[in-house]
Amino acid sequence: MKSSLFAAGYLAAATMASAETPVLPILNVLTYDSFVAEWGPGPAVEKAFEAICACDLRFVTAGDGAALLARIKLEGAASEADVVLGLDTNLTAAAAASGLFAPHGQTLANDLPIAYADPLFLPFDWGYFAFVYDKTKLATPPASFEALAASDLKILIQDPRASTPGLGLLMWVKAAYGDRAGEIWAGLADNIVTVTPGWSEAYGLFLEGEADMVLSYTTSPAYHLIAEDDDTKAAAAFDEGHYLQIEVAGKLAASDQPILADAFLAFMGSDAAQSIIPETNWMYPAKRPSAGLPAGFETLITPVKSLLIPADQAEAIRAKAIEEWQTALAK
Amino acid sequence: MANGAGKIAVGKSAAITKGGAVVAAALILMCLGTLAAVLWRAEGAGLTSADLSAIRFSVLQAAASAAVSVLLAVPLARALARRRFFGRTLLITLLGAPFLVPVIVAVMGLLAIFGRAGLLNLGLEALGLPRVSIYGFHGVVLAHVFFNLPLAVRILLQGWQAIPAERFRLAAALGFAPADVLRHLERPMLRAVLPGAALVIFTLCLSSFAVALTLGGGPRATTVELGIYQALRFDFDLGRAALLSSVQFALCATAVLISLRVGAPTHFGGGLDRAAMPWPGLGRASLVQDALAIGFGAAFLISPLVMLVARGVPGLADLPMAIWPALLRSLLVAALSCAITMTAALILAAAIIRGPFARALELAAMLPLATSSLVLGTGLFITLQPLIAAERLTLPVTALVNATLALPFALRILLPALRLTEADFGRLATSLSLTGVARWRWVILPRLRPPMGFAAGLVAALSIGDLGVVALFAGQSGVTLPLLVQNLMGSYQTEAAAAVALVLILVSFTVFGALDYGGRRDADT
Repeated sequence: MKSSLFAAGYLAAATMASAETPVLPILNVLTYDSFVAEWGPGPAVEKAFEAICACDLRFVTAGDGAALLARIKLEGAASEADVVLGLDTNLTAAAAASGLFAPHGQTLANDLPIAYADPLFLPFDWGYFAFVYDKTKLATPPASFEALAASDLKILIQDPRASTPGLGLLMWVKAAYGDRAGEIWAGLADNIVTVTPGWSEAYGLFLEGEADMVLSYTTSPAYHLIAEDDDTKAAAAFDEGHYLQIEVAGKLAASDQPILADAFLAFMGSDAAQSIIPETNWMYPAKRPSAGLPAGFETLITPVKSLLIPADQAEAIRAKAIEEWQTALAK
Repeated sequence: MANGAGKIAVGKSAAITKGGAVVAAALILMCLGTLAAVLWRAEGAGLTSADLSAIRFSVLQAAASAAVSVLLAVPLARALARRRFFGRTLLITLLGAPFLVPVIVAVMGLLAIFGRAGLLNLGLEALGLPRVSIYGFHGVVLAHVFFNLPLAVRILLQGWQAIPAERFRLAAALGFAPADVLRHLERPMLRAVLPGAALVIFTLCLSSFAVALTLGGGPRATTVELGIYQALRFDFDLGRAALLSSVQFALCATAVLISLRVGAPTHFGGGLDRAAMPWPGLGRASLVQDALAIGFGAAFLISPLVMLVARGVPGLADLPMAIWPALLRSLLVAALSCAITMTAALILAAAIIRGPFARALELAAMLPLATSSLVLGTGLFITLQPLIAAERLTLPVTALVNATLALPFALRILLPALRLTEADFGRLATSLSLTGVARWRWVILPRLRPPMGFAAGLVAALSIGDLGVVALFAGQSGVTLPLLVQNLMGSYQTEAAAAVALVLILVSFTVFGALDYGGRRDADT
């Protein structure tokens, strides 16, 4: 115990010593792990923003989107973070209710498929949930949840109690079918191979050939096409429409760098940042970059209809919808 | 432990007891203190009917996993104990590997064998037989057995090896058949060792979350730990998290009490550390039995690892840059937690042998097994965050948490060996006035070296492979190997993830193997 506390103190002192050199103001951005990875948007975003801000941009990470909110609630007003980047529309109601976020006061043009405006949060990217399959193994994918339920195709989904895509699917079925959602889930029960705690387990299992389809995004095939030169993956277009996931950023009320935080939020909406998003986060940029989307994105399906349950409603029906899901699948 | 003489003078007695009390207090602070910290920020909660079915499922799968693990471990450990063959030592080391592999990586390996597109089903299909599905209750148990069978085998193997060669000599002289050996030597040993092994595995499986959910096939396979995760991550309901965590503690406490009641300590008397001799009365039937046990055991435990190696190799040429700092951090954390755990475990073991409050100290040492690492991490976060920014503490906190979580294993391994040494040589050493440092130097440590090497290797490897709480604390500069695997998997980089996972397996295996071998080198017992 003693030796570890000693080590803690030593490490902390060492970190502070190395941080003494720059006199630039520091902007702390709390985000999810994969954003700052060497293959994620983080490094390029940091470089581009630091070139114009006369500041030191530092990323602090905490797991995934849900972990971000839990972290910020744990830290409360004492948080060192100035900006939180990477909450999604399923979480914004709870985030707003925490009272920890400040209005951004900005209007940024965006190309989201539906009108989205929130006084506290600005979107930086978005995507449609979809079931992804392998074209070489499945010639005609189902075109609706009902067709999927009627088929004997096997699917992998994520748990809505532990992952944002899982919650997204729950809301998708709810938005498309309302009171019939329970019935749809009961029909899907025999198609579900398993329910994983997160996106990466489900997608990994799918790539290992454990199921015909996996819940992911319409943009997932773009990764395989562009990064791996593999055009075998595709997303199935559903007639009901596809549910949206919008990722947003917000400024913390307790930030000691409010002006820098505003500048960063504005920068995330700019052409410089938005052009980084598609090929690092594999999502659609909130505002189409002037140079257009990267080659390959034009091969992706465009849903006929965009579904999104408003944040406050989504929060209100979540517990009930999870219960419905659990009952339908436990039979 | 019938005689009192053996208990005296393991070291400066008062200092040892005091040291043991400090370690126990630290454990209570880590395990229950963090729970209290979570509770302190909570707002009250109650159990729902969904929680009750989660509790039922958790207990059932943990009990089944523990029972199957120890039952399968008996023939395998016995075969390894009574046969000598080329590569036996390597095999024993290799069998420990599944225990050391990070959960999600191991699940991928298992699925490559038992999954819908796995080798088993490909084979069945080729033979025109129906496919089998791994998903469901049996899949959860299968995975838990895969993780814990090696642990059970190692614990039982030590039990067999603790029977002195002289007893077998006597058995041979008396013309014992295997059934007599079983009755007079093996059954008492198993009675003493099995409940403890089953208990450790039960408590480990009780807090399973990713394995149970991924292989469980649906929300029926909901464990209490998932409820804790949901409460902490999505609902931010600290009260619920603390409540469910208390439920987990209560379940584990019950299991501890049952195992203490069932287990009966045994003692075969001292031996002269002679080299093990051929087992008495072994016939052809037992040879077939042993060959089958070793063959199936090795195939079951090693084939998924072979698949992991095969999956990882293609990506090795193009490893991400981030692997090197992550590797360094992982090793640093492992070294730190290994040092903490071994020191604490030795002090604790000595204090338990000495007598006063032995039962209480032993119970305190079991606490980490029942602890949800999520609650532990959150509690630490709540406690430390007002003092210092979380990401500055990533490595020391991770090391401390890993050290805490690994302590029960180290103690389980060291305690029986220390107890035996004291019982067999304590009186002689005392009569020779060998006390304090000299006694440790000449009597205890040489005899404790093999279990110490094994324990240190296990702790280090567990620390390298365990994600633990690092995810909660990690900043940009705190990524360890398991976290890197997870991040890669979360960004479509499956091939790179498999390659990093392979590196992770190789590293934790090398560290484990080196320490384990270092302990066993030149030691026959």
